[in-house]
Amino acid sequence: MSGHELRAEDLGAGYGERSVFDHLDIAFPSGRITAIVGANACGKSTLLRTLSRLLPARRGRVLLDGRSIHHLPSRELARTLGLLPQSPVAPEGITVADLVSRGRHPHQGLFSRWTGTDERAVADALDATGTAELAERAVDELSGGQRQRVWIAMALAQKTDVLLLDEPITFLDISHQVEVLDLLTDLNRSRGTTIVMVLHDLNLAARYADCLVAMAGGHIRSVGAPEIVLTEEGVRQVFGLDCRVLTDPTSGRPMMLPLGRHHAQRDAGAEPRLALADETLPREQP
Amino acid sequence: MDGSLPATATSQIIAGHRATRIRRRQAVVAALLLAVAALLALSLMLGQSFTPPLDVVHVLLGHDVPGASFTVGDLRLPRAVLSILAGLSFGIAGSAFQVMLRNPLASPDIIGISSGASAAAVFAIVVLSLDGPLVSVFAVISGLAIALLVYGLSFRNGVSGTRLILVGIGVSAMLESLIAYILARAPAWTLQEAMRWLTGSVNGASLDQAIPLLLGLVLFGGILLSRAGNLEAMRLGDDMAAALGVRVARERALLVVAAVAVISIATAVTGPIAFVAFLAGPIAARIPGISGSILLPAALTGAVLVLLGDYVGQFLLPARYPVGVVTGALGAPYLIYLIIRANRGGAMS
Repeated sequence: MSGHELRAEDLGAGYGERSVFDHLDIAFPSGRITAIVGANACGKSTLLRTLSRLLPARRGRVLLDGRSIHHLPSRELARTLGLLPQSPVAPEGITVADLVSRGRHPHQGLFSRWTGTDERAVADALDATGTAELAERAVDELSGGQRQRVWIAMALAQKTDVLLLDEPITFLDISHQVEVLDLLTDLNRSRGTTIVMVLHDLNLAARYADCLVAMAGGHIRSVGAPEIVLTEEGVRQVFGLDCRVLTDPTSGRPMMLPLGRHHAQRDAGAEPRLALADETLPREQP
Repeated sequence: MDGSLPATATSQIIAGHRATRIRRRQAVVAALLLAVAALLALSLMLGQSFTPPLDVVHVLLGHDVPGASFTVGDLRLPRAVLSILAGLSFGIAGSAFQVMLRNPLASPDIIGISSGASAAAVFAIVVLSLDGPLVSVFAVISGLAIALLVYGLSFRNGVSGTRLILVGIGVSAMLESLIAYILARAPAWTLQEAMRWLTGSVNGASLDQAIPLLLGLVLFGGILLSRAGNLEAMRLGDDMAAALGVRVARERALLVVAAVAVISIATAVTGPIAFVAFLAGPIAARIPGISGSILLPAALTGAVLVLLGDYVGQFLLPARYPVGVVTGALGAPYLIYLIIRANRGGAMS
């Protein structure tokens, strides 16, 4: 286990005139996977950006192992705390191996040479993400899922014990979403990396995270194991959405089914059937 | 994970790939150095008349060679040296801007910095009757002021590349008309001299003009090269660079000051040699086998462009043209191409 403790105390941040949140207190469990969930514009990405010092704190502080990150030298921070932002840019024509090697940046001084340690870190990152076969390909040519694995490989090459990810699966199809989350779980289990990520999909968040943080309107509404946070009442408070929460038969974690206006009245025990086919389409004449 | 190779095999792939990248990059840099050397040799040997290589060497060693000492030592050498230094300056500063703002249109000669330095130089020379290093100082201050002005005018919740470029083009146009105005008012101003401040020229070069250029390159060009690693990280986006431990705002300020200083010092001597800053980076980036920081290859490409442009302008065209006319003729079509491509893409970034 990494044993790094990341927490925010009385944290406030915002953009321009607008304050996004003001008095946040939260501690992220060390060596665990935490997912921050919430509606659009609830402040979850802002929180992640403030935790990683991309955005200055307007009040309060972020502590990494009890030290304020706002006073840590940038490179030192970048060797402990990694971040995969929402839309990183791959320079035109860059190869996978070259891009992943860039993750070693904070470990290199102004004139220090590339060492065996750097090389091993890059090789490990490629192996861990299954991108070793792609090493000499250009990043532009890869599929969305492959590209996201390459970016994660780059973050891995940085060898940080804490990794923050801002919506790492948002633009991927479902199989690649699962693939990326599996990969992050591997990383967490094998290296003990503390992972904090912003996720949109509540069910995937509940399945993969040890701890959920639900945010709404710049406040943290609930924190804890998925069973505690993902409840029908909780979803109503955070998203203003009625839903039904069941137990996922494969993982035993909670999963939620949203209730829209058109599908709200059915009993929980009723047999599943296709409402459209039954009720709204004209019946076939015998 | 799915069928990945054992760690040792992967390290070998990485090491091999890295070695290939470095070898190719070194080959590109060596080829560019060779091109600069070849063009230098050509421009020292062959002008209106041919000077044998041995005589050129004698002149360079300081011996007195009748006939050759004046042509090579006083005419050709200062011109070639100035071309190389100016080319290096424009190339490194232009590509630093393009990489930093992640946009090929964001070069100092498009966004008004070169014209700012040029206008200041014209003003200092014609109106204030200054000369020598003071003109350079004036040009650097003015270049920085214009950079600040363009940045300030395009600031609205942060600076977008497109807005900065459009504001820069406007500022640049205003400054160019200011240059034309001062030149038109100046008495006894020759057309040749006027061309220097409008499109750039190395006519009438002397070796002492090269000294501020060399100092500027060593100091500010050195700063740029020492930041190449951080600049490479910034290519991955500001957020990613910050996550990699780069202090983006501070780094950008440092890069802007250094790049503006390099380009302004060069502009104060040769005028804004048209489109060299704009072309050098994109040309260097298209050399097969290139990877890593573009700064050094772009600087060398700039030197090649200026040497070649000046040679073509002097000897290969029906009349003698200053170098800026030739590089301008090269750069304009590329600018049009970029704008067309940007419009098709729907955005300029």
